Amino acid sequence: MTVTRFQPPAPDRTLHPSGDNRFKLLEATMKKHQYRPDALIEVLHRAQELFGYLSTDLLLFIANSLHLPPSRVYGVATFYHFFSLAPKGEHSCVVCLGTACYVRGAAAILAAAEQTLGIKAGHTTPDGRLSLETARCLGACGIAPTVVFDGTVTGHQTPDQVQVWLERLKGEGLKVAG
Amino acid sequence: MDLNELLAIAEHENAMRRSICIRCCTALGCQSAGSLSLKQRLEEAVAEVDRTDIEVMGVGCMGLCGHGPLVRVDPEGTLYERVRAADASSIVAALDGGEATAPKGDPHHPFFTLQKRIVLENSGIIDPERIESYIAAGGYQALYHALHEMTPAEVIDVVTRSGLRGRGGAGYPTGLKWATVAKSHGDRKYVVCNADEGDPGAFMDRSIIESDPHKVLEGMAIAAYAVGADQGYVYVRAEYPLAIQRLQRAIAQARRHGLLGAQIFDSGFTFRIDIRVGAGAFVCGEETALMASIEGRRGQPRPRPPYPAESGLWGRPTLINNVETFANIPPIIRNGAEWFASIGAETSKGTKVFALTGKIRHTGLIEVPMGVTLRQIVEEMGGGVPNGRVKAVQTGGPSGGCIPATLLDTPVDYESLQRVGSIMGSGGMVVMDDATNMVDVARFYVEFCKDESCGKCIPCRAGTAQMLHMLDLIRAGRATAADLDQLEQLCMMVKETSLCGLGQSAPNPVLSTMRYFREEYEALLADRGSAGETMDR
Repeated sequence: MTVTRFQPPAPDRTLHPSGDNRFKLLEATMKKHQYRPDALIEVLHRAQELFGYLSTDLLLFIANSLHLPPSRVYGVATFYHFFSLAPKGEHSCVVCLGTACYVRGAAAILAAAEQTLGIKAGHTTPDGRLSLETARCLGACGIAPTVVFDGTVTGHQTPDQVQVWLERLKGEGLKVAG
Repeated sequence: MDLNELLAIAEHENAMRRSICIRCCTALGCQSAGSLSLKQRLEEAVAEVDRTDIEVMGVGCMGLCGHGPLVRVDPEGTLYERVRAADASSIVAALDGGEATAPKGDPHHPFFTLQKRIVLENSGIIDPERIESYIAAGGYQALYHALHEMTPAEVIDVVTRSGLRGRGGAGYPTGLKWATVAKSHGDRKYVVCNADEGDPGAFMDRSIIESDPHKVLEGMAIAAYAVGADQGYVYVRAEYPLAIQRLQRAIAQARRHGLLGAQIFDSGFTFRIDIRVGAGAFVCGEETALMASIEGRRGQPRPRPPYPAESGLWGRPTLINNVETFANIPPIIRNGAEWFASIGAETSKGTKVFALTGKIRHTGLIEVPMGVTLRQIVEEMGGGVPNGRVKAVQTGGPSGGCIPATLLDTPVDYESLQRVGSIMGSGGMVVMDDATNMVDVARFYVEFCKDESCGKCIPCRAGTAQMLHMLDLIRAGRATAADLDQLEQLCMMVKETSLCGLGQSAPNPVLSTMRYFREEYEALLADRGSAGETMDR
């Protein structure tokens, strides 16, 4: 006679109701860190890399996976500047406001960018195409003032150069729209 | 891996060298100016002329970042500045008597000749992406020597006698810190490298990691052996992707060669290093906040004691040192305590790496013996202000102060800088000229500290916000002399009652500018010239 013992179904960690493949990739990172709670920041980095920003759903998913209270995950995600809880634009323009850049006129560059785009630093254009951000110091002080266009650090910038780049992007946007 | 294998790698690497080496900087500053495509063009140009005695090497920072991309042709030592990819073939042709189209730099300028390179000894010389290149420069021999010929106590003794002090800013004696961790009891101990270089205007640690990552790893391994740790962490800023990438590569290479991991150099010593990437919080440069962040929590500091040396990561004894401190260790073990102690000033031994930036002709990275004067650094090495005069030099970032031009003869050591109201700090040095308004500078730093305050203690959270408010009133011409006094009192209160270094030092930029440039504040007062009269707010 065989006794069939009740076996609880093995928790399928890779399952997220949306079936989005990116959750599997995120799982792989958590698994690599053995679901240790102290890997939370590493996991958030990976999540933002995959999804672009940290949605509430994503934060809850991470909290469940790492067995952490959602408050703790939210607390960490909001503490660090690097994490964004809102979607970012397709393109990014980051103006460095470190001391060396500041002394060499970064404020004028930021003002020019804000004027060209009609948005304030920390915001995204209404069409979601470009986010204007500021950085504390990129450590590229030798080539100050610096601006990062779509991840590429460029040095010795002037308000005019930044405006040209932004206008070009606006031009391309018009083409796409037209 | 044993010593013979290590020496064999070095020998093989040296035998591979060609007689002429064209070194092209691939650190962040020069990469941003297009040095990667330049390097590729140089390689193509060498292949075109079909000379097997020339090689092209990607190296770390050569120092003169403001004039990048930089290329140096060795052994003749010709330096080219602002090299474009189009100049590549002419640089190779110049080796056959042609004329290079790129502007030549002066390698005999005081910017280079007044330097003393210990931390940066390999920077701009070796290929930071290849462990063999570091081993050929004598790398990992200090670790071998420590593991096989010295006891942990002897290592600590050498570091203590060398007089090395923490390069993160506070200048705590390194040997003393190591001895405390070694004495502390714990089932496990940790070694942490603080690479959270948050001071705006500072990029020494980024440059060291990008140019010579193995040196930092070797220093950490020696420290771990001395204090009895088996796990290390490098906490590095997310803003430094190239440094993170080079560090990851270096750790993987060291592990493959048996220089990290279990039974290093066939000894009983085991040491692993993991990278922890920060997420943009200035306060995480403070050691207790940094540890909280490594543990995956909000980077908020806690009161000390207990100090990390007794109760650090997960409650265990933890040694935390800065990147530059660790980078000093291999040369000290290699050359001895007396050698190191013979360099520098009375109470500040060795050298210090500075990031020279702002309104100055030659911006970049320099390493000078402690005790040289600010004037030598700013005027001789940096070439002074391009159009105008030096007004002040800011050291120590948001925790430091502004030193006026009249005090440029102050020697650079921990005590002298403190005496004039600033600090050594991690090594940022921002030069300001006549066009810079000092009240604006103070506001810039206070706003920085207000934004970066973690919010845990009230003096810092509310105090920095009030300081910013008062500075805005002053700048708007709506403040009185009484407000100025009140600002000063508030600064003292924040300084004395804040929980951690961030708050305790946040008022420094205000206090130092009020001390040396008070007239600029007074010129903005509403009741200027008519004492007692106040304006409606």
